[in-house]
Amino acid sequence: MSSYAAYALRRLLQFVLVVFIGINISFVVTHATPIDPVEQSIAAATAFGSTSPEAIAMMRQSLRELYGLEGGLGEQYLSFWKRVVVLDFGPSLSAFPTPVATLIGRALPWTAGLLLVATTLTWVLGNLLGGLAGYFSANRTLRLTGLVVMGLHPIPYYIVALLVLIVFGYVWPVLPITGGAQMNMARGWNLDFVLSVLRHSILPVLSLVLVGLGGWFMGMRSLVSNIVSEDYVVYAELGGVARGRILRSYVMRNALVPQVTGLALSLGGIFNGAIITEQVFGYPGMGALLIDAVHAGDYSLVLGLTSVSIVTVSFAVLLIDLLYPLLDPRVKVG
Amino acid sequence: MWTILRDLLRHNRGFFAGTCLLGFVLAIAALSFVSPYSPLDSYVVVPDLAPGWPHVLGTTSRGQDVFWLLTFAIRNTLAFGLLVALISRLLSLAIGLVSGYAGGWGDRVLMSINDTFIVIPLFPILVLFYFVMRDRMSWFALAGVMACLGWAYDARLIRSLALSLRTRDFTETGIFSGMSMPRILGEEHLPYVMPIVFSTTMNNINWSIGLEVTLSVLGFTDINTPTIGTMIYWANQHTAMVAGIWWWIAFPVALLVMTFIGLFLLAVSMNEFIDPRSRLGRSRA
Repeated sequence: MSSYAAYALRRLLQFVLVVFIGINISFVVTHATPIDPVEQSIAAATAFGSTSPEAIAMMRQSLRELYGLEGGLGEQYLSFWKRVVVLDFGPSLSAFPTPVATLIGRALPWTAGLLLVATTLTWVLGNLLGGLAGYFSANRTLRLTGLVVMGLHPIPYYIVALLVLIVFGYVWPVLPITGGAQMNMARGWNLDFVLSVLRHSILPVLSLVLVGLGGWFMGMRSLVSNIVSEDYVVYAELGGVARGRILRSYVMRNALVPQVTGLALSLGGIFNGAIITEQVFGYPGMGALLIDAVHAGDYSLVLGLTSVSIVTVSFAVLLIDLLYPLLDPRVKVG
Repeated sequence: MWTILRDLLRHNRGFFAGTCLLGFVLAIAALSFVSPYSPLDSYVVVPDLAPGWPHVLGTTSRGQDVFWLLTFAIRNTLAFGLLVALISRLLSLAIGLVSGYAGGWGDRVLMSINDTFIVIPLFPILVLFYFVMRDRMSWFALAGVMACLGWAYDARLIRSLALSLRTRDFTETGIFSGMSMPRILGEEHLPYVMPIVFSTTMNNINWSIGLEVTLSVLGFTDINTPTIGTMIYWANQHTAMVAGIWWWIAFPVALLVMTFIGLFLLAVSMNEFIDPRSRLGRSRA
């Protein structure tokens, strides 16, 4: 077996393990608590107005079947897994009878797009600035930039999103602060709609980038400042290799390798940030859907979203891991 | 120990600034013990007063004094972060040290589980947890769950140190003189990893406070316990920003940001102290 195949197989096993443990945590959390989701849903549905006892009994029966709460614990566990594998979480309670899978399918592209754009921007920008700051460590502008992004870094996503919202919503209202696109517009691949989507995504992306920059910046700066003193860099400088080339091919290329691993490890955290940011800006993605589902008491939707989040995030991590050897050829040998 | 702290305070600007910020935040938290109002009472003062005397930071729409409410809120928030950090430190120390010392299959299995916890998106799981707990969700339950989910990253860090400690001579001496594994880890290895444990504690407090605030703001925690997050939650419930009661949100956010930056500066300066390479890098620049 070639060494890349062995590596890929190891990563694939890790992916399976992540999904396995994640789904098990969801199962334990939903089943080990003293509260019955069925009774909760009934209480929520019958809170306003009176419902006849027969109707409630029927509702209880059908909800138990829907949620896979029939039978013993072992049966429930198996049916829980079956739902995850075929991505069938039954109908949503708050948007009855739309299936949960449809709702998630509608929201997923928004979150994926937001996450992809924001993560790519943050990673590229953070590494570029951090690399420059590490290489030209005496530059005043870069030092000031470092101070600003590091100051923003420890603040949680919610607070930064809130601050961005206040600044661009009340103080200087130039950009749309809510929604994914203009409301009364035909959805499709026409220029107006795409522009509207882009305009609406600026603020969510901005707040994600502001929080994320600091981590990559600091990591890259310290990596680069260590590499700069390595013998091969000193030798290249003495040999008269152009500075731009040293920075690009000698320093940055090597420093980027651990940063790619870092990207894979931090994806879960970035996803957390994205769904919170969506809530602040009323972005029609999975985060807003999740929070609405909790408020509406929609058990199957919450469960579906949690499972889909676990699977998609670990799949994205797997993709990064599989592409990793392209950047670092040493992995193939080792 | 004390001389190290004194030197850090004198020569490291980040450490000094972090200590000052945290000292200020802690002083505010300590004032909660002399508060004239109970944090659970509402409509004890005139609502919606702008900052002024005697209500220095104004009053809320629920008739609470923002300043005194803030003292309780920051106290609970800090205590929460500390509790999560404490429990998760125990977990990450145990797993990191054992994994690094044992090596082989044990190490591989532990680290696979460890990586899983790093990768899994925790926020949906915490939301799911709130969803099934609802009103029984308590401050302690949340702290326990977050500690169980938040140890992984630091366990990896501790393991990498433990790997190199394993190959040192004194470990061999310990093994040949018949020390048991718990004793070697506890008495020989633990002192070496303590500095890194301290610096990760700061980051972990930041992480847990950040998640707690986020969950509270969305109303997914015990909203009757005053924390910074629940304060913002109630302000949002009363549409404080739209109503122009900006002091209800601005002051908690400001204090929170001070806490974050203070803790972060401490963590960074401790890391610099632990890793002399970055100190050299700084002096050369």
